[in-house]
Amino acid sequence: MSGYDANRLAALFGRLAEENRAGLGIFITAGDPDPDTSLAILKAMPGAGADMIEFGMPFSDPMADGPAVQASSQRALKAGASLAHTIEMVRAFRVDDQTTPIVLMGYYNPIYTHGVQRFLADAIEAGADGLIIVDLPPEEDAELCLPAVEAGLPFIRLATPTTNDARIPTVLSNTSGFIYYVSITGVTGTTAVPTDMVRTAVARLKKHTTLPIAVGFGISSREQAAAVARVADAAIVGSAVVNTIAANLDAEGQGSAGTVAAVVALVEDLAAGVLNARA
Amino acid sequence: MATTAALNTLRAGPDENGHFGIFGGRYVAETLMPLILDVEKSWSAAKADPDFWTELRWYHKHYIGRPSPLYFASRLTAHFGGAKLYFKRDELNHTGAHKINNVMGQALLARRMGKTKIIAETGAGQHGVATATACALFDMECEVFMGAEDVARQKPNVDRMRLLGAKVHPVTSGSSTLKDAMNEALRYWVSKAETHFYIIGTVAGPHPYPQMVRDFQCVIGEETREQLHEAEGRLPDSLVACIGGGSNAMGLFHPFLDDSGVKIYGVEAAGHGLDSGAHAASLTGGRPGVLHGNRTYLLQDDDGQITEAHSISAGLDYPGIGPEHSWLFESGRVNYVSATDTQALEAFTLCSRKEGIIPALEPSHALAFVSTIIGDLPKDHLMVMNLCGRGDKDLEAVLPRLEKMGLL
Repeated sequence: MSGYDANRLAALFGRLAEENRAGLGIFITAGDPDPDTSLAILKAMPGAGADMIEFGMPFSDPMADGPAVQASSQRALKAGASLAHTIEMVRAFRVDDQTTPIVLMGYYNPIYTHGVQRFLADAIEAGADGLIIVDLPPEEDAELCLPAVEAGLPFIRLATPTTNDARIPTVLSNTSGFIYYVSITGVTGTTAVPTDMVRTAVARLKKHTTLPIAVGFGISSREQAAAVARVADAAIVGSAVVNTIAANLDAEGQGSAGTVAAVVALVEDLAAGVLNARA
Repeated sequence: MATTAALNTLRAGPDENGHFGIFGGRYVAETLMPLILDVEKSWSAAKADPDFWTELRWYHKHYIGRPSPLYFASRLTAHFGGAKLYFKRDELNHTGAHKINNVMGQALLARRMGKTKIIAETGAGQHGVATATACALFDMECEVFMGAEDVARQKPNVDRMRLLGAKVHPVTSGSSTLKDAMNEALRYWVSKAETHFYIIGTVAGPHPYPQMVRDFQCVIGEETREQLHEAEGRLPDSLVACIGGGSNAMGLFHPFLDDSGVKIYGVEAAGHGLDSGAHAASLTGGRPGVLHGNRTYLLQDDDGQITEAHSISAGLDYPGIGPEHSWLFESGRVNYVSATDTQALEAFTLCSRKEGIIPALEPSHALAFVSTIIGDLPKDHLMVMNLCGRGDKDLEAVLPRLEKMGLL
């Protein structure tokens, strides 16, 4: 039924190229604000216009994340989230959806604790399509990147404004799926995306690779998503989404159908921006 | 580890990727990687430059006040009735702790790299004060990240930092202590990667920090070796130091690692007791994991989420430990033991009353362990304990506890 489809990411970017549009990636944290609401949000994403899901694996100490994603991780952990549960949610999503790529995004320690080989087997079997591990630079490829490549699961790299020309080949080694360009020098959700600089950076990366370039960190509005969609292959939105979750909880901090509806409305708006960006 | 074995020394690590066996490494976000590589390159060049060391030694002598005395604690020795106890008096350094040894080194490196803006994290505030001090001296901008709980329990140090011109950022995420201060300092560094130098205060973090901080702190052990030779004509039989991240301990231990006759004890903070779950003993109560740029022993749950440490000492209240300590733990060269909050408070009072030295809560843990073994050791046994900080900063937090315990 589910299982790993090596071409889900490639198929998406192929489709996007044919349609001459960029994709919309939506980041949510697995289990935020609670298991049921989180699964309902996840399942509603493709219908709302998300082309790809960045599925956050909660971690107690998210070093590269700003306050919004930190709080999202804390809500999820408080509600009982774990790596095993994240993988279960991917499996549950794949029951109904065979085409939307899910990229697992997070930090290394929970994976290391779970066991690298066991994690890779579980993630692939559940139907994940790639990994973005923030605290594993190319210098530590032996940990997870090489085993992932060996297992056939794309290990997606982050490139940043500090990644200079000399370093680009290092960043592009052992990677597939797409390149995630971090648009700002900073943590998630803290500064607005500088569109002109992104245009230059994407062009610079394109000289070195044929892989699609997705851009994230700092996109929070329909207009910003559209601006990025004009210069990159995908726009990824995270902090704005988890902020919407935070703003739509009840007095006790619990999620509801209203939480799901609010996130869907935001994603529909972002998707409209991305869809019409190049028109 | 192969390299280390081949050279038949325990002092050769880390390898070129910053690994001590499986520990250490560079587990940081891509934004920081080019910067970390730059620090490493600059550090390698500085380390090989005699002028760099000449300048640092000048500051040791004229600014920090080194060498710090190696003091025979005769009253405590008589009190315990066993081995001869020496204190390495690093609490007499300018700013009152060993932290300045490392900070002067890194500040000189930052200046060499042309950086004039400095970031630091701090727990007890000693590293923050030392960093603020060096920044004042070198006319650098200084921002210190400190857990909100530590800001409250180490107020005198917060005041000192402000007076020295540093900006103190109270951190309220997580448990509002050292771990969270380090998270926030790293986040801030990511946003200022191109302009700021991060002075890490302990032998942890991404390579080259564990090695670099160790090299700057080794002056403690090197002096001890020389001074004890002068006083007793031989090597010590045992060394004792407290461990949070482990920089004062590594500085004392490292020059003696290859002297197999020297027994070495690192004392972790057992908080309310190892069985209580409320402690900061990463080696005894944790397992290997990855946090703050390195693989090391960490306090964590079954899912790999980092758990909160507890210690009465803000400087030891950290769920990790420097990676080289993890390696020395697994190799068995160093014995890692622990002392509780209560034991530390008793030692704090004892040292004040017997020697007229008010120790910081951190080395009070070391003395607490000393008190459990020293009485049974022979009188010709030479034990050196690193008295790595002075206790003035702790009085406000400690006095009510001492009164309650009937120690005051």
